[in-house]
Amino acid sequence: MPSFVPHSDFETKEMLRDLQMESLEELFQLVDPKLRLKEQLRLPKGVSEFEVLDKFLNIGQRNLTGGKALTTFAGGGAYDHEIPSVLKALGGRSEFVTAYTPYQPEVAQGVLQALFEFQTLISRISGLEISNASIYDGASSLVEAINLSCAATSRSSILISEGVNERYIQTVETFSKGTGLALQRLRLNDKLETDFVNYEGDSEIAALVVGYPNYFGAVENLISARDLADKLGALLVVVYDPISMAVLKNPGELGADVAVAEGQPFGIPLSFGGPYLGLFSTKKEFVRLVPGRLVGETKDTDGKTAYVTTLRTREQDIRRERATSNVCTNQTLMAVWATIYLSWLGKAGFIETAKRCHDNTRYLVEKMSAIDGVTLCNQSYVREVSFQLPIAVDLVIDKMAEQGYLAGVKGTVRHSSGITTECLILTATEKRTQDEMDGFVETLEKVVRSGK
Amino acid sequence: MENKIVGGGVASSSPLVGKSSEPTIFELSVAGRTAYSLRSTEVPKRDLSESVPQDFVRDTPIDLPEVSERDLVAHFTRLSSRQYSVDLGAYPLGSCTMKYNPKFADAVANMAGIADVHPLTPARQVQGWLELMVLLERYICEITGMSEATLQPAAGAAGELTGLLIMGAHHRACGNKRSKVIIPDSSHGTNPASVTLSGYEAVTVPSNDRGLVDLEHLKKVLDDEVAGMMLTNPNTLGLFEEEIYEIAQAVHEVGGLMYYDGANLNAIMGISRPGDMGFDIVHSNLHKTFATPHGGGGPGAGPVAVTAALAPYLPGPKPALVSADGANVYRWTIPERSIGKVHGFFGNAVVLARALAYMLYNGSDGLKKVSQHAVLNANWLRHKISESFEIPYPQLCMHEFVASAHGLRREGGVRALDIAKALLDEGFHSPTVYFPLVVEEALMMEPTETESYQTLAVLAERLNELAGFAKTSEGQAKLHAAPINTPTRRLDEALAARKPRLNFDQPSNH
Repeated sequence: MPSFVPHSDFETKEMLRDLQMESLEELFQLVDPKLRLKEQLRLPKGVSEFEVLDKFLNIGQRNLTGGKALTTFAGGGAYDHEIPSVLKALGGRSEFVTAYTPYQPEVAQGVLQALFEFQTLISRISGLEISNASIYDGASSLVEAINLSCAATSRSSILISEGVNERYIQTVETFSKGTGLALQRLRLNDKLETDFVNYEGDSEIAALVVGYPNYFGAVENLISARDLADKLGALLVVVYDPISMAVLKNPGELGADVAVAEGQPFGIPLSFGGPYLGLFSTKKEFVRLVPGRLVGETKDTDGKTAYVTTLRTREQDIRRERATSNVCTNQTLMAVWATIYLSWLGKAGFIETAKRCHDNTRYLVEKMSAIDGVTLCNQSYVREVSFQLPIAVDLVIDKMAEQGYLAGVKGTVRHSSGITTECLILTATEKRTQDEMDGFVETLEKVVRSGK
Repeated sequence: MENKIVGGGVASSSPLVGKSSEPTIFELSVAGRTAYSLRSTEVPKRDLSESVPQDFVRDTPIDLPEVSERDLVAHFTRLSSRQYSVDLGAYPLGSCTMKYNPKFADAVANMAGIADVHPLTPARQVQGWLELMVLLERYICEITGMSEATLQPAAGAAGELTGLLIMGAHHRACGNKRSKVIIPDSSHGTNPASVTLSGYEAVTVPSNDRGLVDLEHLKKVLDDEVAGMMLTNPNTLGLFEEEIYEIAQAVHEVGGLMYYDGANLNAIMGISRPGDMGFDIVHSNLHKTFATPHGGGGPGAGPVAVTAALAPYLPGPKPALVSADGANVYRWTIPERSIGKVHGFFGNAVVLARALAYMLYNGSDGLKKVSQHAVLNANWLRHKISESFEIPYPQLCMHEFVASAHGLRREGGVRALDIAKALLDEGFHSPTVYFPLVVEEALMMEPTETESYQTLAVLAERLNELAGFAKTSEGQAKLHAAPINTPTRRLDEALAARKPRLNFDQPSNH
């Protein structure tokens, strides 16, 4: 029987003898016999690792089309970026992979210093001074941002733009049932930008939540958003695309109180949606309300600089039911990955990558706009765009998938005019080659023409 | 047997490269140095201001570090040499189940079709992923004695909140959400924090003198405002709740639900199932019981399994095998009364794949062997140190146990913290200290099943030696000064909190 239990039968017997026992069963004598399983779990018996790997090769094959993953033009919160070999090598080091939360900082400086560097990088990118050591994903970061806003304002209504990733809004809705929050939505105009100016409603708003660029790719006017938040006395929560921050003014510069993001584009494989990386930044004045772990600098008894988790009285294991959040395990390894990735990109590479994403997306826009009946919806964009198609978006996505392309993500837009439309949201990262984009548009044109 | 013991699991804790601080990546940065590379391309370069209003175009670059790839590798390799890990040596950190993480699961995680698939790929092109998830749900349900599961929660605490929201939805459907959730005083901090976030009030019940839930006291606080009770079994003292069946009955009698915190599931696989004990909702920590790597503090995964009666409330979308056009295919479905999404996509999918790989490898027989030896190791280690440390609850323990340094402190001022730090000098990770809160000077030890007899023998020997030092003034001084062999010595945690420097751009605090 394959096993990672090292004990020989002799050793097991000796250890039991030290405990004055004859059998392993005796260890469980305090478990009520009527609660003890009478037979084995109804699961197959153990097998060698090679049979396990065969099984997963088979599973993996059934996630591939023509032997490879679909050529991806979808974003929607998960982006197909290049992952450098050095990242896989360093991020796969078992000292980072097989450690746990740095409860003993004297033997955890590797993870702690990497997290301190991560916090610094995310603060520079978001433009807000305090960044934590990560949350589960973009959606959960937004949930935490909303909880912080409610605690900071003692209010419980949220005004959320429909330009925010719909999966994040749905997640917020789920958790708002627990905390008893009311959600109001702000609709989009024809350019897929939020209408901030004409809002007339509840003024007891804890947070105004905006995407930047939003889910549909449009670059929201954060200056107007800040004005509305000020009018309402609400915090401004910005859900940003991290790659776009290389070329856009960041949330901090434009007055955001909290900035959150899905950090997956920072070197984390697509991984069918997880593990990803929730980024969370805020202003210094809210530091006591921050969820999750914070790493800070200190010195050891020899006066040497070192790092430690700090301001721990916010956290669940100390403050229990009055904690700022229930987060314990977060996504530390993914934060280490992002730190390595951003250090590899560096100042110039970050900008070059974002520009390449922009150029590729722009290239797609021009080629796709030439297809009869295909029209660009958002006028402003960095690296993600929404198109109206002459045929059903789901049909296009399905047909394109059969041809080896992940064409994009379906978006549903409820316009401020009252009508609802659907669109195809797509992107072309720096990884997409000109040939791939040409092939994609050519195939798309055929699919659209045959479907009309 | 003992005189044959050699070494076993002790890490050398002196870093090879000396004991100087590693500069931050920002200090290693030199203007103009680069590591990145990009594909060559003929796609024309365009001006961003053609598609972004000028107000929002960045004019000054974000100051990311400028290092060569060689410097980058050296920096992170040196950082990794300042980090203890399971691969390096024994990690008896109670409540965290720091067992060996098999390498074949790394191979699974990196496979084509596992690592490189976009989550919004149409279901027809990812039948393998949906099958994997359905299969994992079945394994989890069989191990826990539940009916249906969700894989979305990204960690144990996320599972708790998901479970409590399901609890709330159930009670709301019955007409009254109720107001209270009961937790024992030995519970994990995440339990009360999750209770608050689910809109309930946490009511704490004390443990009795055997470290177990006091059934009589519990009955006094039970009424029709109790939505449910959260329990870890074995509990955080490593003790099996012997009256669990009666506890569950009493909670059910007032219409409450039983929530099982799966942090300690490693003790009972193939031995006993939460479902048979009377639990209605169960979360599992895949990073503990099913050996997915802890990653320095995540990613984890905290799937939630429930009884058939609660299945309609599970989060969606959820994978299911359905027949369509005469064939069986996997589709995404939304449970009838779903509480909604609890993750941006489908949970920490690759962590789920690793956990399933571990389950397949072990099988029904191997999983039982895992729990049996986890419990054997904990009881044996406890037995070996029971003359040096107080053991507040003397009955058999399960996969972990709590010892106390209370006596050492009273006698010579040595605290649990000192023992923990001194153990680092001996090449072991320390146990969890000062938890659970119900034991003074707690040292919570969970050896796990993957540590050998030899490793535990050396660990016990070192712990006993340290307890011996606590009795002499010379030894006490040594313990107070520990650790001395580690990459850094004890840290000034008060300074970190008093003058927080949370990133490199804030002024240094010393």
